[in-house]
Amino acid sequence: MIQLGIRDLVKYPFLAETGEYLRDKGFNLEQLGHSDWKPIVEKAYGRIVVATTGQIYGSAIEDFENVDSEILSFVIAVVLLKSAGIPTLIKRFSLAEARRAERYLQQDLLQKKNETNSELPLKIMQDLFSVKVMTTDEDFVISVSDYLKRAVQFHEKEWKLINRRVEKGFVFLTAHETVRLIRKELDGYINSKILAVNIPSIPDIFRERVSDLSLLAKKFSEYVTVSSDYPPCIKHAIEVLDRGENLPHSGRFMLATYLLARGQTTDQIAPLFKNAPDYNERVTRYQLDHIAGSSGKGTKYSCPSCNKLKSENLCFEIPECSGIINPTQFGKKRTANA
Amino acid sequence: MLEKNVKLVNDAFKEYYFKHFELIHVPTRTSEREFGYQKFNEGMTRHLSIKDDNELHLLLMTQVPSDVYCSNAYYSFPNLPMTEKDWKGADLIFDIDAKDLKLDCRTSHICCKCNSCQNIVKQGINCSVCGSTKLETISVTCENCISESKKEVARLHEILTEDFGIQKKEIQVYFSGNEGFHVYVVNSDYQTLDSRERADLADYIMFNGIIPETLGMSKQNNSKFALPDVNERGWRGRVAKEIFTSKSKRVKIVQEILSGGYSVFQAKLEDWRQKIGVKIDPKVTMDIHRIFRLGGSLNSKSGLSKIMCKDLENFDPFSDACLLDDEKVEIIANCPISFKLKNKKYGPYEKEKITVPKYVAVYMICKGIADIN
Repeated sequence: MIQLGIRDLVKYPFLAETGEYLRDKGFNLEQLGHSDWKPIVEKAYGRIVVATTGQIYGSAIEDFENVDSEILSFVIAVVLLKSAGIPTLIKRFSLAEARRAERYLQQDLLQKKNETNSELPLKIMQDLFSVKVMTTDEDFVISVSDYLKRAVQFHEKEWKLINRRVEKGFVFLTAHETVRLIRKELDGYINSKILAVNIPSIPDIFRERVSDLSLLAKKFSEYVTVSSDYPPCIKHAIEVLDRGENLPHSGRFMLATYLLARGQTTDQIAPLFKNAPDYNERVTRYQLDHIAGSSGKGTKYSCPSCNKLKSENLCFEIPECSGIINPTQFGKKRTANA
Repeated sequence: MLEKNVKLVNDAFKEYYFKHFELIHVPTRTSEREFGYQKFNEGMTRHLSIKDDNELHLLLMTQVPSDVYCSNAYYSFPNLPMTEKDWKGADLIFDIDAKDLKLDCRTSHICCKCNSCQNIVKQGINCSVCGSTKLETISVTCENCISESKKEVARLHEILTEDFGIQKKEIQVYFSGNEGFHVYVVNSDYQTLDSRERADLADYIMFNGIIPETLGMSKQNNSKFALPDVNERGWRGRVAKEIFTSKSKRVKIVQEILSGGYSVFQAKLEDWRQKIGVKIDPKVTMDIHRIFRLGGSLNSKSGLSKIMCKDLENFDPFSDACLLDDEKVEIIANCPISFKLKNKKYGPYEKEKITVPKYVAVYMICKGIADIN
């Protein structure tokens, strides 16, 4: 059993122990509505604003006098967000808080090397995310399956298993990589905690900041421009069919799902397969209808990811593919309005 | 398959299933698996559940399937439609097929059959009789293909045990019944991996997607100390063994690598992938809902059995998996290439009437290079 210190709660305010600590100290929502606590409401609002800009809020954990206000600013931020009920803000806040916690987890992991009694980061990973992290002289190791389940979410090449040191069923990682691996789960965990919070009514001094959050959220709409060009994998598949050569089943599936995603109908797509060496109109129609979800169980299949296509040797990456993870994103430029 | 051929092959398969119950067993966790089968000239019947060996044997005797399959996956309800099965996990499976190895021997043991007029030619893009381009490639037994496939199996085995920590007793190797091998891993750590995760695992095995940095080569400030060493484990060690063929050459080769720089090194990765990457079929490994040929069953592409290889090195599929009867059968053979079964050479034949053991007749009919007389 690990005894959490108050500094641990500043670092990881999303842990269940935070609630116990505040209850023990006698804090409640009604009391926080008093104007004396206005500065902490401002601090909480500031914490959200920082998060929405994509930056990481820094807590002065060395400053013991401010410990309670640090913890409370997180809790009040959650109350404000929950009252405003704007998913995009909650998402941004969770991610920023996850990255903040990530920084402390990393520091604590490195400290672990020197202090044998500091088991907290390993315990957080094990209890919250079921990842058993073990330490070696220089690295942290986790099982190949635990690694794969998380690393496949990342699209940078260095996260592919082939680019890792793998021995006897374990993957070797630095402290930074270990915590990076659980960012998404940490984010998801914080997000789900916020969504699960139930707030009956909020004190008046919170209301102004809640309406400010609505204004803040307006900044985050996105515009998407679409080019008419096909990505190289799709062009290649069409060329193969045009030449009357055989396109493997996985390639046909990619082509069909891509074109359906671009809004084409099965009637428009079917003629593309006419040149295939084993073309059969009835079978082609049946399969296209199945993929489109208009027959069978009604499942509409989506276009495979770039990663999957790479594994199937269907990817013909060009510089314009940079930053996309699915062929359907090719040629779409996102411009944030912030 | 022509109806007149079906009777002979069907009878031979039925006899095999009757005589060789000892070779055909349901896999572990039987009740959680999906089974399926095909009969000659019929579609697939799947979403079946079978509870034990007896039930399986009964199915084989009553249905006489051309091919029998069983899922690598475990389900709560294996006999319900796909979306309602409730997937619980799946064994890792690997398919190594000689046709994917791009071997030079290939041209010497393949011929082509026209899908339109059934004419058989040694090679070509068009049918010499009707001009059709729809030609099907037929490949017959080749010792080199098997020996090269075995090397791939051995290399896969090394990665599974050394890199992935899988124990030898958790790995089962089967001859596929045609031109390759099927490898199963029964290890709970890997059973719950989904398709995407298995794709990355397959890429690892195939040496796909490696970046120069992993092997110590950066865009700038390279050092000889960052390059891999033959004593290292994993892919770095394997690459080092490939690059530094001997200790005395290391200094010279290191010099060449450092002066060549990043892009030259990057270009070499593709060569190494071809040489040292294990040639598995990634689609099979990624598929977590596949029904895979059942061990002990016959392969209708050849009439050979998918049998377990306990001693891979000395395993000879064209004798050890050739388990049909040797009763004499008369067939019309049309096969421009020769092949060997049970150490005896057959062919080439040019539309000749020949008398051969039943296992040869079935092999040739299944391959599409003979018809019953």
